[in-house]
Amino acid sequence: MSKEGLRPRYAPTPTPDTEHFWEGTRNHKLLLQRCTDCGTVYFPPRAFCPENGSSNIEIIEASGKAKLISYTINNRQHPSFESPYAIAIVQLDEGPMMMSNIVDCEQTPEALVLDMPLEVTFEKVSEQITVPLFKPVGASS
Amino acid sequence: MTVAVVGASETTELGRIPHLSQMQLHADGAFNALADAGLTVSDIDGIATAGASPVDLTHYLGLEPRWVDGTSVGGCSFLIHVRHAVAAIEAGYCETVLITHGESGRSGVGRGGGGGGAASFASQFEVPYGPMGPTTLFGIGVLRYMKQYGMTHEQLASVAVAQREWAGMNPRAMYRDPITVEDVLASRVIAYPFHLLECCLVTDGGGALILTKAERAKDFPQPPVYVLGTGESVESPMISQMADLTSSRNFRIAGGDALKAAGVTHGDVDHLMVYDAFAHLPIFGLEDLGFVERGEAGPFIEEGNTRPGGRLPLNTNGGGLSYTHTGMYGMFALQESVRQVRGQAPAQVDSVNVSVCLGVGGMFAAGACIVFGKELP
Repeated sequence: MSKEGLRPRYAPTPTPDTEHFWEGTRNHKLLLQRCTDCGTVYFPPRAFCPENGSSNIEIIEASGKAKLISYTINNRQHPSFESPYAIAIVQLDEGPMMMSNIVDCEQTPEALVLDMPLEVTFEKVSEQITVPLFKPVGASS
Repeated sequence: MTVAVVGASETTELGRIPHLSQMQLHADGAFNALADAGLTVSDIDGIATAGASPVDLTHYLGLEPRWVDGTSVGGCSFLIHVRHAVAAIEAGYCETVLITHGESGRSGVGRGGGGGGAASFASQFEVPYGPMGPTTLFGIGVLRYMKQYGMTHEQLASVAVAQREWAGMNPRAMYRDPITVEDVLASRVIAYPFHLLECCLVTDGGGALILTKAERAKDFPQPPVYVLGTGESVESPMISQMADLTSSRNFRIAGGDALKAAGVTHGDVDHLMVYDAFAHLPIFGLEDLGFVERGEAGPFIEEGNTRPGGRLPLNTNGGGLSYTHTGMYGMFALQESVRQVRGQAPAQVDSVNVSVCLGVGGMFAAGACIVFGKELP
């Protein structure tokens, strides 16, 4: 979605509890955490399970499969985006929801159909930060 | 005083801790105190903190509080939290309060992580995707709601139409000319599915309230308005991490607690205010408070039940959509509830004995509910 003449998208500052996630995206892996006590798979990253506070957790690699849950289409100008663009919430097959953008897809209500199957793709923002984005399954980049 | 400290601990390490963020220090202290008390996070129903947002902390720890205090007035904030917690526990607002501190004062890791800091969860996991404030975030769940319950764009637009009718009766409302559903849908799309007339105004203004003991209330010049019940909660600093995009957990906890404390049923409520930053908020509010079933609020408003003459007058000042919206509109919702109970509102509803006021904070990050009454029970 970042095009010529646009500023690169915002590159966040990782923290010790999220560093593994951002290391994962740099290597084009979408990493989640799973509680080995209750089985909950959760996001954003934390050193304990948000369901029960247990620190018995493991890092797992997500399949990258997701579906489109909801979105808004922003019509105002943003320094890093070509308007209009959709800000979306996707649900990973493993359960967690995350905000993202849908790429390789028209940014219209007609093209952005709720529950459409998506797959993860990655966009490098800086040396440290690569963000996970999603595209319709089968769309060519 | 009838309240005791049953758990207390500092962070595991002290001094120089460059491998933990400020939020992780809050969590470390919290888990140590929970272990000291033999409790788990599910035992905590009240949260107080300073230096971090209690919303961020609630989401981070996985809490479900029904009492929250974010008083932040410097280093003595935690002493004030203890005092407020004593009052809350004695009042029955909650049973077990967690008060946390965490500060990466030397290493500066994740400092300012509460709210706008670059290391906050919102900055890491929402900001890169281009949100531009509430217009692009608050309504992000509405398409899911529409798909789940079959709500139409016309029903969403009817929220703005009904409130404009109330505003037309209020000389202080910013927009007073009648509008139709067609007008709303023809107005500029700000962030699909929201049109301009489904978004709140941006205004200047303010207000204030003064409260004292009920036994003194009759000594004052104005008719008393009693606080019959209250409720509050916080959920997540990120709308993408709400447990349910079609309903607010905060509205359900705060509304349920307020109605229960007041001892009123839905049929007792004569007047309702629901903070309407955007047109879907009254829809969520009606359902989460239990006035209608899930999925029924769109038709309920479209059929005219909340407009002048309807059976549940809603947002009778015209609301954030037509009356005024400074940014933190909750004060104006409270003012209208008070006016209605006093019998002094410009668009006065007949004999308001009970008024319910439901507020939102952030993008469904926080919620609170107050039940006002003309009489003490």
